[in-house]
Amino acid sequence: MTPLPRWIDIGLLPAINLLLALVTAGIVVVLIGENPFRVLRVLISGAFSAETLGYTLYYATNMLFTGLAAAVAFQARLFSIGAEGQATLGGLGVGLTCLLLDPTLPPVLVVAIACLAAPVFGAAWVLVPGVLQAWRGSHVVITTIMFNFLASGLMVWLLSGPLKEPGRGSPQTRRFAEDAALPYLHDLLGSIGIARSPLNVSIVIALLAAAGVWVLVWRTRFGYALRALGHSREAARYAGIPIRRMIVVTLLISGALAGGMALNEILGVQHKLILNFSAGYGFTGIAVALMGRNHPAGICAASLLFGALFQGGAELNFEFETITTDLVLVIQGLIILFSGALAGMFTPWMTRLVLARAVRDG
Amino acid sequence: MAETWIDLLRLLDGALRLATPLILCAMAGLVSERSGVINIALEGKLLTGAFTAAAAVTLTGSVAVGLAAAVCAATMLSMVHGFACITHRGEQIISGVAINIVAAGLTVVAGNALFRQGGHTPPLASDDRFPALTLPFAETLAAVPVLGPFWGELVSGHTLPVYLALASVPVVWWLIYRSRFGLRLRAAGELPEAVESAGVSVTVLRYRGLLIAGVLCGVAGAYLSTGHGGGFVRDMSAGKGFLALAALIFGRWKPWPVLFACLLFGVLDAAAPRLHGLEVPLLGTVPVALVSVLPYGLTVVLLAGFFGRAEAPGALGRPPGRTG
Repeated sequence: MTPLPRWIDIGLLPAINLLLALVTAGIVVVLIGENPFRVLRVLISGAFSAETLGYTLYYATNMLFTGLAAAVAFQARLFSIGAEGQATLGGLGVGLTCLLLDPTLPPVLVVAIACLAAPVFGAAWVLVPGVLQAWRGSHVVITTIMFNFLASGLMVWLLSGPLKEPGRGSPQTRRFAEDAALPYLHDLLGSIGIARSPLNVSIVIALLAAAGVWVLVWRTRFGYALRALGHSREAARYAGIPIRRMIVVTLLISGALAGGMALNEILGVQHKLILNFSAGYGFTGIAVALMGRNHPAGICAASLLFGALFQGGAELNFEFETITTDLVLVIQGLIILFSGALAGMFTPWMTRLVLARAVRDG
Repeated sequence: MAETWIDLLRLLDGALRLATPLILCAMAGLVSERSGVINIALEGKLLTGAFTAAAAVTLTGSVAVGLAAAVCAATMLSMVHGFACITHRGEQIISGVAINIVAAGLTVVAGNALFRQGGHTPPLASDDRFPALTLPFAETLAAVPVLGPFWGELVSGHTLPVYLALASVPVVWWLIYRSRFGLRLRAAGELPEAVESAGVSVTVLRYRGLLIAGVLCGVAGAYLSTGHGGGFVRDMSAGKGFLALAALIFGRWKPWPVLFACLLFGVLDAAAPRLHGLEVPLLGTVPVALVSVLPYGLTVVLLAGFFGRAEAPGALGRPPGRTG
């Protein structure tokens, strides 16, 4: 098949798929009996006002981490859907570090160690699925699903037992020491007058991670091998690429990125370990990666879009009686459907169109 | 002795109730995965079935209409899955994830729009739910020791979907291993190219596999909200679709072992609350949170190949004519 011009492949087709997802969600809104354009207006104005932009970027930070995690694995055609569990474990890494070390070490050091613990714990949680995929051929999709449930069971046990704050009913740990946290941007940049929001330094870490992923995947020998693995496992094998090691290392990197989400959520905002803080961001990451065509630049843009959807979606609860923030979940699923599973729907049609034009123009 | 027997029967009775949606979903997964289509969308279809059944019963007052609506809704999702990954050869896993997320969102959005109770349906009165069926002889045998309680407590007194779930196992077994359709279905999952070259359409076979899967998930959903429970609450499938997937792997894609896996998971589920606070020598108190995720752990151990090997259908997840 003739490759399509780049602008069609990375510009027009994703735009059509996004539009289809939005139109389908719009039909749902019409069926409920509301005006889809009013919903869209609420979504946009709710996400990009001076007071709410910080929240949009805070949500986007979570999605940057999980989106990058999904993209790295997808580049090697490994459909890891374990970001939920890996992010949960990242939180455990942050939690254990802070709870054990904050009585003795200075806060700066605790934060630095926690910043390492999150990715290390996240990566550790994908080690077993990775090794099983590489050596036993157990499908990484299935094992990562199982590990998501195992992670949540582990957390329920830890937070209702060993790690629970004594004398408290709800399953959570004690608060970390006062300064053992990533600083908020409104504290750092208060002088230029940005509004209060949960947005914190982890967005910088996430952006650095995005740059790191770009260098790693497109500018290193390792990245070349990773992409080769994604194109054809057989070809990669004949090129002498150590397939098994590549699978495990790729998944470890993906797990580390997913674990990074805990930096935003636990070290940045909650300052204590709670249940279910991953809240579906692992799955949103899949949508983000697919929208962003598995490229860090695309993922930054897609995170912003989804962050805006989440923040704007929160406003839906106040503006409408019959439409709630759950509509965002529908849009998210439809985006995965159209820009992921149905991504190739228009390719043959578009190719015919381009070929016909090429023939006509000689 | 009689006390223990009754207690054990009650435990198994609870296990069977909890295993019913697992059995139906696992059979759904079995039929579609044997045809070569990975079905991680079981969760979403189950949830959609549960919502549709509860909503339809609330609006019409008839469980039969609820069941039919649930079957239709779950089948429609199955067809979307097929459209994406059979017709357009999209990634089956991505399509499954998409369906699960759409289902999680749409059930709540629709629930809110229809009933305005935060995504729930109004609670159903017991008249609006599947009635418990008393099997013949349940009363005559009641006086007979051992057998009487067995028949009365365990076998009799369930709702229709429980018996449908149990019946689905031999039916699926017969369909897969004894019918011409089943032979072709399995071939489509192992070596689709061979099926194509024999002039049989893999596309049609896989769509039919998904159709059956949709129907079974719909029944499971109707059971969840109008049989086992009384009304729909958000996320009420609570991972049961994924647990069924685990049971499917645990039973190595074969009907009877899959049934056994579902019942085993059901027993674990039913036993978990009884283990609460129980002291076990050497281990201390049993952490109930860990008992409830034991099925997932066992499935990973099985996948690791420590006891036997879980062999998936050869062409699972692969459209015909594509390698690797």
